[in-house]
Amino acid sequence: MLALEARATQSASAAWLSPLLAMALTGLTGAAIFLAMGKAPGIALYIYFIEPLTSWSGLSEVAVKAGPLILIGIGLSVGFRAGIWNIGAEGQFIAGAVLGSAPAVVFYDSTNLLILPTMLVLGVLGGMAWAAIPALLKTRFNANEILVSLMLVYVAELLLVHLVQGPWRNPQGWGFPGTRMFPDAALLPMLFPGYRVHLGTLIALLIPLLAWFVLTKSRFGFKVRVFGSAPLAARHAGINNPRMIWATLLIGGGLAGLAGIMEAASTIGQLMPKISPGYGFTAIIVAFLGRLHPVGVALAGTAIAVTYIGGEGAQISAGLPKAVTGLFQGIILFYLLAFDLLTRYRLTRIGNKVSAT
Amino acid sequence: MNELLIASMMTMMTAATPLVFAATGELVCEKSGVLNLGVEGMMLIGAVFGFAAVTLTGQPLAGLLAGSLCGLVAALIFALLTLTLLSNQVATGLALTIFGTGLSALVGLDYVGETIEQIRSIHIPVLSDLPVIGRLLFGHDPLVYLAIIILALSGWFLKPTRWGMILRAVGDSEVSAHAIGYPVIAIRYAAVAFGGAMAGLGGAYLSLVYTPLWAENMTAGRGWIALALVVFASWRPSRVLLGAILFGGITILQLNAQAAGLGIPGAFMSMLPYIATIVVLVLISRDAIRIRLNAPACLGKPFRAER
Repeated sequence: MLALEARATQSASAAWLSPLLAMALTGLTGAAIFLAMGKAPGIALYIYFIEPLTSWSGLSEVAVKAGPLILIGIGLSVGFRAGIWNIGAEGQFIAGAVLGSAPAVVFYDSTNLLILPTMLVLGVLGGMAWAAIPALLKTRFNANEILVSLMLVYVAELLLVHLVQGPWRNPQGWGFPGTRMFPDAALLPMLFPGYRVHLGTLIALLIPLLAWFVLTKSRFGFKVRVFGSAPLAARHAGINNPRMIWATLLIGGGLAGLAGIMEAASTIGQLMPKISPGYGFTAIIVAFLGRLHPVGVALAGTAIAVTYIGGEGAQISAGLPKAVTGLFQGIILFYLLAFDLLTRYRLTRIGNKVSAT
Repeated sequence: MNELLIASMMTMMTAATPLVFAATGELVCEKSGVLNLGVEGMMLIGAVFGFAAVTLTGQPLAGLLAGSLCGLVAALIFALLTLTLLSNQVATGLALTIFGTGLSALVGLDYVGETIEQIRSIHIPVLSDLPVIGRLLFGHDPLVYLAIIILALSGWFLKPTRWGMILRAVGDSEVSAHAIGYPVIAIRYAAVAFGGAMAGLGGAYLSLVYTPLWAENMTAGRGWIALALVVFASWRPSRVLLGAILFGGITILQLNAQAAGLGIPGAFMSMLPYIATIVVLVLISRDAIRIRLNAPACLGKPFRAER
C-alpha cells in the first residue's frame, strides 16, 4: 500500500518536474479529446503544439502573445507568493489600455514623439488605479480581494464598451464600435519588417529579469517570500501587512496595465469592445505553471502562448473550435495542482505487516 | 397594484433563484471548511449540460438532473485535488472556473442559437388567481419553490441535526473532529459534492428557465456573486434569500431602467450588480470581528489525518 510522507523541505526537482508532467499529460488528454471529436489526434496535436514553432511568422506570433502573458504573470506571481490573491488582472489590463489610450484618442493626429512614453506611463497608472481599489478595500475594510478584484473585471469591460460605443467612438467608423486608429507616433515600433513582434515584446522579456533581481536580491523580495510562507513570523518581524497588500496589488496592477496599453498600442492599434482573449485569467495559469518564479513564468508564458497560436491554427486548418484552448488551460492547471503533491510529500510503500520501522 | 410592478417582482424572483441555489450549495460547502471558488465554472457546466439534455430529450426534468449531476462531477474533481491530493483550495477553485468556462464553451458550440420550451409557471386554482399576492406567492415556476425549500432544509440541517452539527464541527475544528473519530475527509467530500450539484442546478436554471437559451459565459459572474452572498449572509442560510432577492432586485431594476431610458448609459446600469456586490462586501467585511465569529474557522485550510 502507498502512503504519503511529508517532506521536511519542498523538493526542488519535483517542483520543476510537475509542470513538465502536467504539460505532457495535457497533451495525452488532448489526444483523447480530439479522438472523441473525430479528429486525428496526431495531426491535431502537431497543429496545436508544434506547428507554431516551425516558422518565423509562427514564432513571431507566439512572442507577441507571450508578451502580455509574461508581464501579467510576473505581477500576479509576486502577489501569489505573498498570499495576496489578485485575480482581476483582466480588469487591470483593460483599465491600463483605456487610460493609456486616452492621449492617442484625444490627439489622434499627433506626431509628437512624447505621446508613446506618456501612454505607457498612463497605462501603468491605469492598471495600478484599478488594483488600488481592492487594495484600499482590503486594507481599510477587510473586504476579500479575490471577489473585489474579480467584480472590477466586469466593471472595466463595461466601461470599455461604453467608451468605444459612445464618447470615444470613431466618427468616421460607420457606427461600428471602436476608436480611431492610433497615429503612428502612438504605436510601438515593430522590430522586424513583415513580422508583428514589437518593442513591447522586448520589454515583456526584460521584466522577468528585473523581477528575478528584485525577488532574490532585494529586501522587498525577501519580505514577500517571508510574508507568503509565514505570515505570523512576518508580522513579528515587523513586515507590515497593509503595505505588503498595497505593494503586491500595485505591482500586479501596474504590470497588467502596461500589458494592456502595449497590446492596444501595437497589434490592435486602437481600442475595441474586446481587446483581450482572456490574458488576465490565463496569466493565473502562467504564474502557477511557472512556479511563481520569474524565469519559470517567462517559460510558461511562452508555452501557453504556443497553445493560443496553435488553437488559432487548428481552427483554420482542422476546423477545431477555439474553445478547446480554454479547456486545455483548465486541464493543465488541474494536472499541475495534482502533481504538486509530490513537491510537499513523498510516496512511500508501507507493507501491511511490516510496520516496524 | 401596478401590473408592471408585479411583473418586475416576479422576474426579480427568477433572477434571485440561481443565486439561491448556488449560494446555498457554497454555504454548506464552506461550513465544512472547504472554500470552492469554482462556483462560476460549475454553474456554466450545469447550464450547458442541462440545456443539452433538454435539447436532446425534450424533458425539462432531464435537463435539471443533468445540470446538477454534471456540477456534482465537476465538484468531485475539485474535491479529489484539494481533499485527497491536498492542493491549494484557492488555486484549485480558480482552475475549476477556468476549466468549466472552457468545457462549457466547447460543449455549447452545437447549442448556440437553439431554442427550447421554457419550464412553465405553476397555477394553483383559486390561490394563484387571488389579486396581487396570488401570483407573487403562487405563480412562479416550480424551481423558485425548490430553491427556497432546499435553502430552508439546509438551514434546518445545519442547526439541530446530528449530521449538521458534525459538518459544522469539521469546518470549525477539523483536528478535534478527527480525534473524536468523525470522517473529516468523507464529510467534506459530501459537502463539496452538494455544493457542486446546487451550482449545477443554478446554472441549469439560467439556461432552462431564466433566458432560456445557451450562450458562452452566460453566467456573467453570478457564480462569484453567489460566493459574495455567502459572506453577505455571514454563513447564515436565512440571510441568503434576502441577499439573493436584493441582487435579483438590482438586476431587474437596472434592466427596467435601461428599457425606460433614463439617459444614463446602459453600460453604467449594467455595472450596478457588480458594484453592489463590492459595496455589500465592504459593508459586511469591515466588521472584522463579526466575520471571524461567523466564518468557519478552518475555511480553506488543507487537512491530512496524522496516523
